Amino acid sequence: MTQTMTGAKKVKLGPAAVIPPGEGRAFAAGGEKIAVFRTRDSAIFAVQAECPHRGGPLADGLVGGTVVICPLHSWKFDLPTGAALFGDCGIKTYPVRVDEAGDIVLTIG
Amino acid sequence: MTQKQKLVVIGNGMAGARTVEEILARGGGEQFEIAMFGDEPTGNYNRILLSSVLNGSYKEDEIYLNPLPWYEENGIRLLAGKRAAGLLRRAKLAFDEEGNAEPYDKLIIATGSRPFIPQMEGTTMPDGKFKPGVFVFRTLEDCRSIAAYAQGKGSAVVIGGGLLGLEAARGLQNFHLEVTVVDIMGHLMAQQLDAAAGAILKTKMEELGVKVLLKKTTAAILGKDRVLGLRFSDGSTHECDLVVISAGIKPNWEIAAGCGLTVERGIVVDDQMRSVDDRDIYAVGECAQHRGRCYGLVAPIWEQAKVLADHITGRNPQAAYHGSKIATKLKVMGVEVASMGIVDPRDEDDEVVQFSEPKRGTYKKLIIREGRLVGGILLGDLSKAAYLTQAFDRNTPLPEERLELLFDLGDPPKKVTFEEMSAATQICNCNGVSKGAIVACVKAGKRNAKAVMEATRAGTGCGSCKGMVTEIVEWACGGETEEDPSVHYYVPGVPLTKPELIRAIRQHNLRSVSAVFDRLAGGKEDAGSKPGLASLLKTIWKADYEDQRDARFINERIHANIQKNGTFSVVPQIPGGITSPAQLRRIADVAERYHVPLVKLTGGQRIDLLGLRKDDLPNVWRDLEMPSGYAYGKTYRTCKSCVGSDFCRFGLGDSIALALKIEAEFQGFDSPHKMKLGTAGCPRNCSEAMVKDLGAVAVEGGKWEIYIGGAAGSHVRKGDILCVADSHEEVLKYMGRFIQYYRENAKYLERSYGFVERVGIEKIRAVVVEDSEGIAERLDREIAESKAAYKDPWREAYTAPAADRFTSLLPALS
Repeated sequence: MTQTMTGAKKVKLGPAAVIPPGEGRAFAAGGEKIAVFRTRDSAIFAVQAECPHRGGPLADGLVGGTVVICPLHSWKFDLPTGAALFGDCGIKTYPVRVDEAGDIVLTIG
Repeated sequence: MTQKQKLVVIGNGMAGARTVEEILARGGGEQFEIAMFGDEPTGNYNRILLSSVLNGSYKEDEIYLNPLPWYEENGIRLLAGKRAAGLLRRAKLAFDEEGNAEPYDKLIIATGSRPFIPQMEGTTMPDGKFKPGVFVFRTLEDCRSIAAYAQGKGSAVVIGGGLLGLEAARGLQNFHLEVTVVDIMGHLMAQQLDAAAGAILKTKMEELGVKVLLKKTTAAILGKDRVLGLRFSDGSTHECDLVVISAGIKPNWEIAAGCGLTVERGIVVDDQMRSVDDRDIYAVGECAQHRGRCYGLVAPIWEQAKVLADHITGRNPQAAYHGSKIATKLKVMGVEVASMGIVDPRDEDDEVVQFSEPKRGTYKKLIIREGRLVGGILLGDLSKAAYLTQAFDRNTPLPEERLELLFDLGDPPKKVTFEEMSAATQICNCNGVSKGAIVACVKAGKRNAKAVMEATRAGTGCGSCKGMVTEIVEWACGGETEEDPSVHYYVPGVPLTKPELIRAIRQHNLRSVSAVFDRLAGGKEDAGSKPGLASLLKTIWKADYEDQRDARFINERIHANIQKNGTFSVVPQIPGGITSPAQLRRIADVAERYHVPLVKLTGGQRIDLLGLRKDDLPNVWRDLEMPSGYAYGKTYRTCKSCVGSDFCRFGLGDSIALALKIEAEFQGFDSPHKMKLGTAGCPRNCSEAMVKDLGAVAVEGGKWEIYIGGAAGSHVRKGDILCVADSHEEVLKYMGRFIQYYRENAKYLERSYGFVERVGIEKIRAVVVEDSEGIAERLDREIAESKAAYKDPWREAYTAPAADRFTSLLPALS
């Protein structure tokens, strides 16, 4: 974990290939649970792991384009912005990228 | 210890013996020393089954209700073969024909009735006995005499076309006699049927080889020493070798009249079934007259017996019989009949609701007075009998929509119009969306059902309210909805109807979900459309489908059912609901090893292990050593079965074996929605096969009725009969064809009940059974290929685990 100037932490989650194309995985990082998605065109997104509605595991949701659907009651969220497309409330997003080594790097805080 | 009272029962028929049973059930054995006169030499038997003895379907000893040892076991002295001849009320003595006295404290008269013999010349011989060949039909002895005489004879006549007469006719056919029923009335079963129903029944009887002569009064029985024929009052004659007189019954009240009790048509009793003249004498059954009526059916008599027993034992001194409404349900010559109350309207304002389809032997008629049922006849189709009998019995108000009284309509009735409906009325019970919220959404600019559903979430739970949401949206738009073309698409993300989509997929050889999006949706993925496409591609390409895990809903991705807390449930395959001690032990071990919080039996006769961590799933499957039960997928789920013919005494067909074959045939099949199946070994339908997506119900003759489109979930619907199959193999064939037709033509997430209602059972039957489109052979082939492509997903998962698929939380590296 690397501490940055602004107090944010950078966390390495391992190779992007851990997440099959079009799927998500939940990670424990910096005391938080975070769902990371890799779309079929290799974009990567990180959001809070639990759906704000009833705590559904978003990492198990269906992903299409940049939208994820919660597996419990089909609330829909836009992954880049965290906006709710179907449901009352949005979700928290985290900056994330794949570094030169192919590892997922997440920024928390 | 107080001395027991002496209770004497005159009559050991169904009423007398039942009353004694009821008394014993109330502890009367402690209170009374019981003696029973019975003029027949045997225990009590079920008179209703006499015709079945005559036709050979029951043996004599099978119809006994209380065989002789029963009396001994219960301390009852049965005076078998003794007829009670007289009473001395002041001395409280009952006498038999030889003058032996039987003292009583309480007396019950249950002498029943005897056949009524109309005035006809030549009925008896000079000695007063019946002429050889003349019979009545009331006792086992009558049965034996008829059977002995009928041997080698050519023809028989039954005088009287009532229920008992028709049953006698059916029994007589068993002796290869030419049987004719003669009735004085203009139609058969005049007590229970009107003329139209009687005419249909007559046709049915004639189809079964029984001749019917109506409006004939028999004037004489011809023949000097034995029966040779009949002469009617119109002068015509009819040759025959034997005559069974079944022209009604006459209550046996002589013993009561002989000691001065009030007798009209029967022995007059009060609401406690006591003689109106003597507080220690009761009368029950066919010989009793209560509030002016005598009853000849068992149901009212059972009610009388209970009241009498409550009163005589002091268990309930207030017990009172208020009379019975007569409703009967019976089967005559294989025709099912239900009848209640009056058979023809009597008041000018009586409303008659009627349906008649004589060709199929179906007839329904209801007589309604002031909104309540006062009479009804159902012939051939008794599906509404239970409801109507209850409405008749309880005198409950009937629904305004009279059609519903005669038929099961597919949709629940609309109770109020949308104008009348309050804004607060909850329409979507899953997501709690009110009519007001839907209307507000329309006013805010969402002008079609789909947009409203997306905005309000109405209809997105179980989906059963979608129809109503659509109607409310249309109503709120004033009929000017903006058509959303996507409602016709198979999935919203690909702008093609299902047939167009299938054609395009085949034409472009698209074998994966992303290939479909690339080619047919301009490369734009739609998350919600993925599972539908995956299901369709699997159906089309079977083993050659290119699986992409991300296209599957989580349940199908990891072969388990996600629960509200993110844990999973595991249901192993238990075909036909048949398990074994070893298997149960293994399941129990797994449940303990993985700390399963809840082990529950499912409605589909399987065992559900709930609350498992995702991480444990592959190990659970490995330890279970059982294939997946697919309790999580939009697939074939299971086939529920009753015990069937192996053990059940009513079983007509081997429902377990059929369920096993069905499971082996269709396991793991992807489909537009889940498919729950059932097999029932008889029409009692214990396994609820009639309300399954597909069901098979055994009927007499080794046949199976195939039901499709049944539902008993958020929507309740009885399935439609697709056809009647002659064998297990034929059931599999037609079920398979329907399943494939459904897989190819239903929208994604359209259950079979919606599909069957949308397409229509006639159309489906034409395609599937009559092969009207010439595709049956191809459908059969597709099914065979799908079957061959079946793989147990659990075995696949634990033998070649994909990295991290089952890990619920991955750790960070640094």
